[in-house]
Amino acid sequence: MLTAPSLGYSLLAPMLIVLAGAVIGVLVEAFVGKARRTAIQITLSIGVLLLSQQQLWRIKDLSSTTAAVGSVTIDKAGIFLQATIILLSLVAVLLIADQDNFVAQASALPGSPEEQNALQEKSQQTEIFPLFLFAVSGMMLFTVASDLVTLFVALEVFSLPLYLLAGLARRRRLLSQESALKYFLLGAYASAFFLFGAAFLYGYSGTISLVEISAAVGSANDVFLLIGIIFISVGLLFKVSAVPFHSWTPDVYQGAPTPITAFMAACTKVAAFGAILRIFYVGFAESQTIWRPIITTIAIITMLFGSIVAIAQRDVKRMLAYSSIAHAGFLLSGVVALNKDGLAASLFYLFAYGFATLAAFGIIALIRDSSGEVSDLNRWVGLGKKSPLTAAAFSFLLLSFAGIPLTSGFVGKFAIFSAAYQSGNISLVVVGVLASAIAAFFYIRVIIMMFFTDPVNDSVSVIIPSVKSKISISASLLISFVLGIAPSLLLTTAGNYANFIR
Amino acid sequence: MSLLTIIGLLPLVISILIVAIPSKNIGLIKKVAFGGTTVIAIISILLAVGFDKSGTSLQYVQSNAWIPTFNINYSVGIDGISLVLILLSTILVPIVVLATWHESDRGRWSAKVFYVLILILETMMIGVFAATDLFLFYVFFEAMLIPIYFLIGGYGSGNKSAAAVKFLLYSLFGGLLMLASIIGIYVISGNQIGATFDLAQLATLEIDNQTENFLFLGFFIAFAIKAPLWPFHTWLPDAAKAATPGTSVLLLGVLDKVGTYGMIRFCIQLFPDASKTFTPLIITLAVISIIYGAFMAIGQKDIKGLIAFTSISHFGFITMGIFAMTSQGMSGANLYMVNHGFSTAALFLIAGWMMMRRGSSTISDFGGLQRVTPVMAWVFFIAGMSGLALPGLSSFVSEFLVLVGTYTRYPVAAIIGTLGIILAALYILIPVQKILHGPTTPGNEYLTDLNLREKIAIAPVILVIVLMGFYPKPVLDLINSTSEQVVTNAGFSDPVAKVDK
Repeated sequence: MLTAPSLGYSLLAPMLIVLAGAVIGVLVEAFVGKARRTAIQITLSIGVLLLSQQQLWRIKDLSSTTAAVGSVTIDKAGIFLQATIILLSLVAVLLIADQDNFVAQASALPGSPEEQNALQEKSQQTEIFPLFLFAVSGMMLFTVASDLVTLFVALEVFSLPLYLLAGLARRRRLLSQESALKYFLLGAYASAFFLFGAAFLYGYSGTISLVEISAAVGSANDVFLLIGIIFISVGLLFKVSAVPFHSWTPDVYQGAPTPITAFMAACTKVAAFGAILRIFYVGFAESQTIWRPIITTIAIITMLFGSIVAIAQRDVKRMLAYSSIAHAGFLLSGVVALNKDGLAASLFYLFAYGFATLAAFGIIALIRDSSGEVSDLNRWVGLGKKSPLTAAAFSFLLLSFAGIPLTSGFVGKFAIFSAAYQSGNISLVVVGVLASAIAAFFYIRVIIMMFFTDPVNDSVSVIIPSVKSKISISASLLISFVLGIAPSLLLTTAGNYANFIR
Repeated sequence: MSLLTIIGLLPLVISILIVAIPSKNIGLIKKVAFGGTTVIAIISILLAVGFDKSGTSLQYVQSNAWIPTFNINYSVGIDGISLVLILLSTILVPIVVLATWHESDRGRWSAKVFYVLILILETMMIGVFAATDLFLFYVFFEAMLIPIYFLIGGYGSGNKSAAAVKFLLYSLFGGLLMLASIIGIYVISGNQIGATFDLAQLATLEIDNQTENFLFLGFFIAFAIKAPLWPFHTWLPDAAKAATPGTSVLLLGVLDKVGTYGMIRFCIQLFPDASKTFTPLIITLAVISIIYGAFMAIGQKDIKGLIAFTSISHFGFITMGIFAMTSQGMSGANLYMVNHGFSTAALFLIAGWMMMRRGSSTISDFGGLQRVTPVMAWVFFIAGMSGLALPGLSSFVSEFLVLVGTYTRYPVAAIIGTLGIILAALYILIPVQKILHGPTTPGNEYLTDLNLREKIAIAPVILVIVLMGFYPKPVLDLINSTSEQVVTNAGFSDPVAKVDK
């Protein structure tokens, strides 16, 4: 007879609340009248996120490996990562709430009369909110999952909604749908690789638990361990868009509705790197001689590739996509460091990078012409003259991505590189600074276009943002700014929370 | 709070005041900028008055925790070398503001932005020379690029945005190499004495030779780009040509000194062994810079390009003096930094006025200015003579000290360096003759002479050039003990008995 597993509901509450919010969101879609849905969905999303954050605050000093029969480990680092995801989501949901970025009726074919009707009737569908909440809950689970099957489930729970959300852009729908399909197909392959690797690790160690896999190292033929680690890594590196598994990134960043790009770029990175850190720090720490050279190489290639290819980009969203690839390389340096400093630095970096990214994409969504958003950089010329404040804010974010001192990006880079140097990976530090120098070139080029080039007639304008966007963009900007000047509070917190329990 | 911190913060306070003034009220903005920077200059002189010349330890120190996680502190303090460079910065800023009263009107953005950028830059210039925490220094070192970048790109002329980018990318590249070295020395300190950025503590580290060489190179290349040493100099002429004369004064007069200052403060103090290893190479580069800069200057048709290349030659002298590792060479190099600051300021400002009046920066467009605009001609003449180190003017003392100091250890380099002086006579006297003497050429007949504002602005600069030529003792007193200490700390002693200065 099966006995019901004992669950630590109190520790799982933050995740369960978001999941419940998502389910209620689906019910709202089914039973509430069209007119009131939007308001209810937004309130619901913000409400559950706040509640979940409050629950995280309550359990912030607790830890347990048995909250869900050994498949979830609640620990300091997990709580920090979950809190980061929720804070980022809170900002992101305000961007998503600007619904004119989304298709009115996803089932209507692009260009069809149904689409026109839906637009004219303003019958905006609101299924994005439950999808968003499902994705958030999956991300939260991903960062605390401590066995391979739970990891896989969490991976799918947050990936599937994202595949859908990526295809929901109102304008340039075909591009958006193409990107969604590409993301889905490649993502499905990556998931399959992950599962395949999990099977090999199970075959090697006879267990799916990360801790027990770590304990089993050396007990059987290491080839299976190697194959398992490599395949698992492929699945994970796909999610963080490390080279050579990055090819979806520019297309999806460009095609997806900008608020979704913002959400994806910020939160997926946190979730996926959270999982990578846990898997490598907890599960594979004993077998580091096997994977460290591989991940080091990938980190180096990713940093260089992302920075170099970004130079050739003419679309701001694609450029930021390649920049996010380069940042994935920097973050991998923190993984390779494999020490407490590396973990703390990665936690800080993810937080800081997340908010800068949200703010950047939030601003991109404001820059439009009559037919919608303009992401072609050539048409951004002279923006500094028309809307100096917006252009200055965007420049500040670019400088932060480039890692100029007094920005949050610099502190993060410094922390990551000193951890990498500490662990003896000097080559990573040298390549990292070289890649930063290359990257500086294209960030600065955008600043030149905005400030030092005269506007041409067909150039674009900045729409007046809604209150929600305004709040979300200014909050992210403020956080980025404060983290640059006075990073010590978050650094100390990240240092205190940089701990995986086994 | 140390007086140093107050002086560093004042420009920021004034810039906030300026932000509060409506953009249309340009006159008031300029007056506040000038008045404010003058007050800062006067207060910074108090800094020198209260400075204990005989002391070799840091003065006006202050230290507060900034990022405790990495043991990063807001630590400032000055010795003689940083004091004179801070004085140079704070004195040049109001002069630049007054001398280039109308420069800010013709930019891409309003005059308000111009003065806010200048004031932010001043804070960073003070900070970079005052910082005794390596991380803090790096923050100022990199962050000061941003205001200069916007000053060149927004208010310059010609191919300004390309020049601004070239400047920024070169500097960033060097800065990032330095960052790798900073991380390296930070981690090493963590392994040996507990992670720290404090300069005095970092200087006590025992680093193995190979690592030390790499760390040294990271710092040195960054500073060699900044102070432009051949072959890292190519950004400077472009930037100097594109920037407004006022910006050029700050760029060549002060910012580039951060490079030579960094060589003394960081390269030599933190990595004495590596400095020894690389000295022959660096002296060679310095000599090449002296000769190359001089030859390029002779060939220049553009007056700003001329000043830029003479500066490359002068920076060669400064670097040579530093790495000669003698107390005369070191004192000479330090004095040279100050003198070069003032003589470049004079040259650029007067060149700026000439160009503004004539509407051209080509040397051959000018001719016979002595008859039309005697005051301007005389000022240009004195500035030029200071540039070629005429005895009696300030640069002579420092150039002489550098050559004497170098000769005792590297006679060949010193002798080749002396050639630079002869070439200097060519690159200064030929333009002086073309521009000032002979019959007044067409287009120059109706140029107006310096007005009262311009005379007031340039007077203190000329005064300093002349005074320091005859009586450099006050400044040398500030510099000497620190210079000797630097040389001693690096493990060198003077090869021959000291000459009496």
